[in-house]
Amino acid sequence: MTQTVQTISTSAIPTLNRQFRFQWEPAQNGYDLLYPEGMVQLNPSAGEILALVDGKQSVEDIIVKLRSKFPEAGDISADILEFLEEAYEQHWITL
Amino acid sequence: MSSTGSPCSAQPTLSSGLAGEQQHAAGKSHGQPLWLLAELTYRCPLQCPYCANPLDFSNHSQELSTEQWLDVFRQGRQMGAVQLGFSGGEPLVRQDLLELIGGASEMGYYTNLITSGVGLNEHKMAEFRKAGLDHIQVSFQASDESVNNMLAGSKKAFEQKLRMAREVKAQGYPMVLNFVTHRHNIDQIDRIIELCVELEADYVELATCQYYGWAFENIEQLLPTRAQLERAERITNEYREKLAAQNHPIKLIFVTPDYYEERPKGCMNGWGQVFLTVAPDGTALPCHSARMLPLEFPNVRDMSLQQIWNDSPGFNHFRGEEWMKEPCRSCDEREKDFGGCHCQAYMLTGDAHNADPVCSKSPHHDKILAARQKAEQVIDDPSQFLYRNERNSRIIARG
Repeated sequence: MTQTVQTISTSAIPTLNRQFRFQWEPAQNGYDLLYPEGMVQLNPSAGEILALVDGKQSVEDIIVKLRSKFPEAGDISADILEFLEEAYEQHWITL
Repeated sequence: MSSTGSPCSAQPTLSSGLAGEQQHAAGKSHGQPLWLLAELTYRCPLQCPYCANPLDFSNHSQELSTEQWLDVFRQGRQMGAVQLGFSGGEPLVRQDLLELIGGASEMGYYTNLITSGVGLNEHKMAEFRKAGLDHIQVSFQASDESVNNMLAGSKKAFEQKLRMAREVKAQGYPMVLNFVTHRHNIDQIDRIIELCVELEADYVELATCQYYGWAFENIEQLLPTRAQLERAERITNEYREKLAAQNHPIKLIFVTPDYYEERPKGCMNGWGQVFLTVAPDGTALPCHSARMLPLEFPNVRDMSLQQIWNDSPGFNHFRGEEWMKEPCRSCDEREKDFGGCHCQAYMLTGDAHNADPVCSKSPHHDKILAARQKAEQVIDDPSQFLYRNERNSRIIARG
């Protein structure tokens, strides 16, 4: 991927690319992103973010929800944006 | 995805870039069988001379029943398996494929059908979709009809594959196109890539032949020269850049033949760490080639998948490092490649505990150098191919 990472606007509404499947795996105690013959085992924070990507909530909504869910984590908005930018680059989500 | 666990491709990828912690190598510790490859049958309408099925496949024709397969899937799922590949042979020859797809899908698997496309039609594809099939991989032998059909040992294969690839996309499936490359088709890599773009593939595996099973028998007529390989890799990289500049989502995966490497691949992400193959007769294997090794492998008819994965001597044999000899034992790269491929070590040195001779530190590396040398001198002659079919298998099995 050679394009420069774009900065995502907080009003953007991310949607999971339907070529991917996102699901909770009890045996791994975590979320997986599944695609043809491959998988990404998401870390807990990446999993929490993608779990809120539903094609309805904006980036802003997602940030607000996660901040209230994890108040002890401090300001996590930059981390969330960074992850969403990477997810966009990987074609996991569309905007 | 880097490569595949199917006979027709490389080995499946597992990316844990964003977190996943793989348990590796220490002692006999091991991960979960995240990837279950179900080789439903060794029957196949094609006769590709690089097939990864065992040479004596005709000796193992007693296939598991529908119920036995579903039970294997259930057990695998409980142990954490999430990717399920339906492979073979040609999985479409199983009359119960629809039922197996439906069952696996209900259990929560991501289901992959790895097929030649021969025996597929629009109606079946739609039924599979309804039953929950997630993805279809179609294997091609070449980008042009005559080479494809020559390699497949079938006159109508190419046209059928094209039709099926178009239909896969028309029905909304993600699609992987798999081209096993070798000296007879690798020079057409540009046409192969263009065909894949035209067919709207999501992923393309340009999988250089891996020399096991039938491919090892046919290595002389398959192994490309270094110049062929370097040209193909360069052209692939040019296409990658061009396509990326268009923000084209297609992913080109180029699998280098390890015969041109100086270090071995970390085969299957480590023996018995992530992958579990079940052969048509129920034999459980840490990789689809392992059956050739002089080890005893358990059968799902005799014990639970849990026992097989955790406790069987076959699965524990190459876990950890105790089995290693020099140069692996003291090598600072042993945690990266786990000594490489045991099947390759066995085929080329007679002892699966030796370092994979692909490694330049191996005292048997000269075998690889000789094969490279030979590739420079071979005259292309497809009539020398030993085709993968029942008759040839029986001759080989008889010895």
